[in-house]
Amino acid sequence: MVRVPVPVISHPPKNLRRNHKRYLKERIIELLLFLAASLSVFITFAIIYLLISESLVFFEHVPLWDFLTDTQWTPLFDDAHYGILPLVSGTAVSSLVALVIALPFGTIIAIYLSEFAPFTVREIAKPFLELLGGIPTVVYGYFALLFVTPLLQAILPDLPGFSLLSAGLVMGIMIIPYVSSMTEDAMRSVPMHLREGSYAIGATRFQTAVKVVMPASLSGIAAAYILGISRAVGETMVVAIAAGMQPNLVWNPMEPAATITTYIVQVSLGDLPHGSIGYQTIFAAGLTLLLLTLVFNILGHLLRKRFREVY
Amino acid sequence: MNNPDNLNEIRAIIAHHKRWDLLALTAGIIALMIAVLTFIALFGNMVIDGMPRLTWEFFTSFPSRKPEAAGILSAWVGTTLIMLVTAAAAIPLGVAAGVYLEEYAPKNFITEVIEINVTNLAGVPSIIYGLLALGLFVYQLGLGQSILAAGLTLALLILPIVIVATREAIRSIPVTIREGAYALGATKWQTVADHVLPYSAAGILTGVIIGLARAIGETAPIITIGALTFIAFLPASPIQDQFPFLSFEWLLEPFTVMPIQMFNWVSRPQEAFQHNAAAAGLVLVVMTLLMNGLAIYLRYHLRKKIKW
Repeated sequence: MVRVPVPVISHPPKNLRRNHKRYLKERIIELLLFLAASLSVFITFAIIYLLISESLVFFEHVPLWDFLTDTQWTPLFDDAHYGILPLVSGTAVSSLVALVIALPFGTIIAIYLSEFAPFTVREIAKPFLELLGGIPTVVYGYFALLFVTPLLQAILPDLPGFSLLSAGLVMGIMIIPYVSSMTEDAMRSVPMHLREGSYAIGATRFQTAVKVVMPASLSGIAAAYILGISRAVGETMVVAIAAGMQPNLVWNPMEPAATITTYIVQVSLGDLPHGSIGYQTIFAAGLTLLLLTLVFNILGHLLRKRFREVY
Repeated sequence: MNNPDNLNEIRAIIAHHKRWDLLALTAGIIALMIAVLTFIALFGNMVIDGMPRLTWEFFTSFPSRKPEAAGILSAWVGTTLIMLVTAAAAIPLGVAAGVYLEEYAPKNFITEVIEINVTNLAGVPSIIYGLLALGLFVYQLGLGQSILAAGLTLALLILPIVIVATREAIRSIPVTIREGAYALGATKWQTVADHVLPYSAAGILTGVIIGLARAIGETAPIITIGALTFIAFLPASPIQDQFPFLSFEWLLEPFTVMPIQMFNWVSRPQEAFQHNAAAAGLVLVVMTLLMNGLAIYLRYHLRKKIKW
């Protein structure tokens, strides 16, 4: 806090009073700004509190063991089963398909843009990828259902109209910009003299990229991958539109299935009364999803610590 | 080393490495081309299917059971009103939080907790925000499935984006500006309000636009709070012809938005509805592209123009 000494002392009481008011105003503003900043902490606690409190009610009806081991998820049927496994398998399969596309392609594009591309190409490609990342997910869902699925059916005639494969493929394409831009940022923050040292002993650009730049930026690349994984796990609309919404314990991407997120969407589209067991299931599913992304985030944090390079 | 065999060996090794280099270059270009082609396919497919539906009536009609009579009037009005609420909530809160973290926050435990929190919130799946809003806004606060609840939900969702953009914009202002203000006897808040904020306004605006572009396309959290998919009326107009001329009734009315309207049409089996979906998607994509393009332009312009 900067307090200005008053040079003229002809009316000291008045000046002092003004300064006091000024000081008070400064403190009030600082307090308001602090409250705005702490809102984020409040949001986090609100999310955790809501998910856990509604899930606790749910777990009074459904034993945790059944929730984790039952192989059927039919909460809205008369013969209700509450096994999260089918939803987790759908999430895992669609995310795996997406990551098989997004991680290699994102990395290759990042290597190209950071180490090979001329200045103009990079200046055009980066904003273009950013635009691609800004397209609404529901539009990607439309693309998956009405363009990619028919295309894949021409190659794989057995593919049903809804499948985890086409949803995962499009999800992968959707995630490429996130992975590539974060990976590229990490690679470009590697100091130039490391590259120059590598070039000086006769390495090619590819060798420099793979053996010098990538190891040096491993913590940033790990962070990019983790972000890609969390996005794939939490993605909703593409799967909801293109993968169908029946819970299905499958590990084959050529089948339709529901994911954790699409189940929440499906329930929300219907009209479920507040406080019913069906209402609580979406919070239990949401808690599972949050825990999954939390695991990946902690993993990413550890990886970043482990591989942090200091130049 | 003058042994010719040895030299040839070295040449072979060099050629081998150069081949790999070329291969990597080609792979990079191909990967980038695939991204470009995907975009062209996505856009082209929607233009072919949706363009014939993009007539004036499409923008001025309510959704309907007959695909050729259906339009997006209630959807775009809903989207506009929700964006108003989102911007009104997210901009002051996000900028205030960013200013606090950059200019005021002492280096202590609480600040660190807030910073980690902002980073983590950016990684929370959007549907989780929907669940938060369903529990908190819709039921605890009793806002119901209203425009206000949806706008606040999206505001929470884009808050981390606004905070991060504000911090980056503020960080790029040299410390000499602040020292100049302090030297003239300005208080901290005077320095922030009269110097730091005006100079970082363009950077903050960029972040806000990117955040709003993201919010426009968000579907999952809005579905989760229970938005209706079939709305054939408009919320009360905010401007009234009688005193006090402004009305806030619309805040608590039900709504639908562009992405939900599109989702609703995509999930129908009839092809005619899917053409409607393509048209709605086209409008949505053009809107987000324009907003993101504006943000990119602003940032580019900023980087070139400002010299301290």
